Amino acid sequence: MKKTYKTVDLDCANCAAKMEEAIKNINGVTFASVSFVASKIVLEAADEDFAEIEKKMIKVCRKIEPDCRIIL
Amino acid sequence: MSARVKRRLWRVIAAIVLFVAAFVTFRAITLPQNLWYIELIVYACVYAVAAYDVLIKAFRGIFGGQVFDENLLMTIATVGAFCVREYPEAAAVMLFYQVGELFQSIAVGRSRKSISELMDIRPDTAVAIRDGERVTVSPYEVAVGEIIEVRAGERVALDGVVVKGSGSIDTAALTGESMPVSVCEGSPVLSGSINLSGVLEIEVQKEFSESTASKILDLVENAASKKAKAENFITAFAKIYTPVVVALAVLLAVVPSVITGNFGEWIHRALMFLVVSCPCALVISVPLAFFGGIGAASARGVLIKGGNYLELLGKLDAVVFDKTGTLTLGKFSVAGVYPESRRNEILSAAAIAESGSNHPIALSIVAAANDNGLNVNASDNGLNVIANDKELSVIANDNGLNVIASERSERGNPLHENITLTEIAGKGVEARADGKVILAGNAELMAERGIEFTECAQFGTLVYVAVNGEYLGVIVIADTVKEDAPQVIASLKRDGIRTVMLTGDNFQTASAVAEKVGIDEFSASLLPADKVEKLEEIIARKSAKSVVAFVGDGINDAPVLSRADVGIAMGALGSDSAIEAADVVLMHDGLGAISEAKTVAKKTMSIAAQNIAFALIVKVAVLVLSALGVTDMWLAIFADVGVTVLAVLNSVRIIAFGKKNKKGDFAKNFPKTQDKSAV
Repeated sequence: MKKTYKTVDLDCANCAAKMEEAIKNINGVTFASVSFVASKIVLEAADEDFAEIEKKMIKVCRKIEPDCRIIL
Repeated sequence: MSARVKRRLWRVIAAIVLFVAAFVTFRAITLPQNLWYIELIVYACVYAVAAYDVLIKAFRGIFGGQVFDENLLMTIATVGAFCVREYPEAAAVMLFYQVGELFQSIAVGRSRKSISELMDIRPDTAVAIRDGERVTVSPYEVAVGEIIEVRAGERVALDGVVVKGSGSIDTAALTGESMPVSVCEGSPVLSGSINLSGVLEIEVQKEFSESTASKILDLVENAASKKAKAENFITAFAKIYTPVVVALAVLLAVVPSVITGNFGEWIHRALMFLVVSCPCALVISVPLAFFGGIGAASARGVLIKGGNYLELLGKLDAVVFDKTGTLTLGKFSVAGVYPESRRNEILSAAAIAESGSNHPIALSIVAAANDNGLNVNASDNGLNVIANDKELSVIANDNGLNVIASERSERGNPLHENITLTEIAGKGVEARADGKVILAGNAELMAERGIEFTECAQFGTLVYVAVNGEYLGVIVIADTVKEDAPQVIASLKRDGIRTVMLTGDNFQTASAVAEKVGIDEFSASLLPADKVEKLEEIIARKSAKSVVAFVGDGINDAPVLSRADVGIAMGALGSDSAIEAADVVLMHDGLGAISEAKTVAKKTMSIAAQNIAFALIVKVAVLVLSALGVTDMWLAIFADVGVTVLAVLNSVRIIAFGKKNKKGDFAKNFPKTQDKSAV
């Protein structure tokens, strides 16, 4: 399953790069991309784990850039 | 400006006012030695106003394990400056940093917005006609089958068919084509087009999210997730850059201090390293340039599905073209009539003979006869031929036969009793009309009937025409080469790009087209599967780094499109399979868009390269100067945020490039000429 999220207040390009790295490191993620310029996150993972992985993604992103909100 | 940015702006202004007040005051008065802490307290207050969010983030960063976090580094740098008793500098550096960050936010926000504007061709509202009333609703709420009204100047929100009204629409946002298209009842209309005149009522055929405009926007916006090599490189570089600079800072703080004993000075220099260690300028500049490039290309009717493809377009080594529908129009037309002096006579006679057939060759002859507005005098001697809803009145006179063509909406008139058409299978047609015998067919037919004729050496399908046993002339019919094809091939070749054509047609056809458009190499008589093989051969022969693009119409060459380094589908609007298989989608049929896309790609690459070079040079220079102690923190801050802002502004140039083109530069570069060159 592949899902695209919009983000609000993603203000730092380096944070976006770090977020991408961190999401890719979550177990079960097959593809992840954080685009600073488009303010978008693309997440791809197996259907059965998706909800779980999505939660983890939100958690790691908040840790790296607390101001940035992911719109679900 | 978002509310958040506005709040930050006010805070920065407040901090600046406080800082200036403090600075002026301490310049004016001289504090007694024992009251030095007053200066520290005042500047610490100014600092707190400017820096509190950075401090909070830095604190969170420590617990989150973000050691090389930009906020933490800035905090260490400025707190360090307080420690070495550089109070005004510490406060000023944080302030300057915040100003820079603010500028950066605004600049990035602006360019994000203008890129989206460049790409966003979806209106926010639609006017639906419900129970006779016009209701303005969100396009998402309009269901298939509903009627929407689009007034002059408005954009069409959903794909549909005109059910009432007529006018012309501007499809430039979809196709890059600046010529308006006329529409009337029954015409399909794609979302994203602008109604130029009149009021159109459109029956919706696709939901908003499935409509063309939404699909295009999705495609381009998601392109940012497919990152170019240059983007990945710079991100990887940034990951090393920061720790290295921080390590250097630590070395600089410790080693010379121990040797010279001058701790304050060396720590101060090391702090400047920390300020310069933020990789933001690098990380931001490349993706922004790419995103801008993708936006600029889409404004020209070229959809690029990822930064990686944009990058490859800038480095093309070979372009492989499909023939039919790509280099040629894929339509038969009359390419020549010989002898030229008897053109009308030959066409008229052939048109009568071919008027009963629906074969593409026959249609092209009848169409050519119509285009020539063939003669003229309706007389009682005329005979009527109905072909393809067109009524041809044929008059016998001294010069042979003349045809006048007129549009007729209804079929009905039977063939005139005076004309009999006999098809001679595989050879041609014989027509008997008013005592005349017209023969139209191939050389074999002429030979069989014992007619003396001149063999024509022209390439194409040849239709010889004879009247009453006497040879009249020959019509050459061929597929038409696209008018801009030779120009585009020439421009690719000027850039040293190899051009190849693949076709299922025979060698003769292929060589004629290749010569006409000026293509270097071609392979003929290929089955669709052979095309993939041929492309693989070309890819195998090239060096590992070079880039091979394939251009096709996407209809039966999807496997080839996906095999190429860059698969380019032409005129693929509305064809989902082509959009799916291709990496780059040209929204209209002109080949000129390929050159355009290449120009955008090159421009993007050069802006990205400038940004990287500029950022690195400034950073390295400031690091060296800091280490030597000939600079202060102000310059270090510039090397961080100032460079970022400049890189963002530089990237914005590509957006301007796209906008400029929206106004029709494309048409100027590739003028549409009427004379169609044929093979």
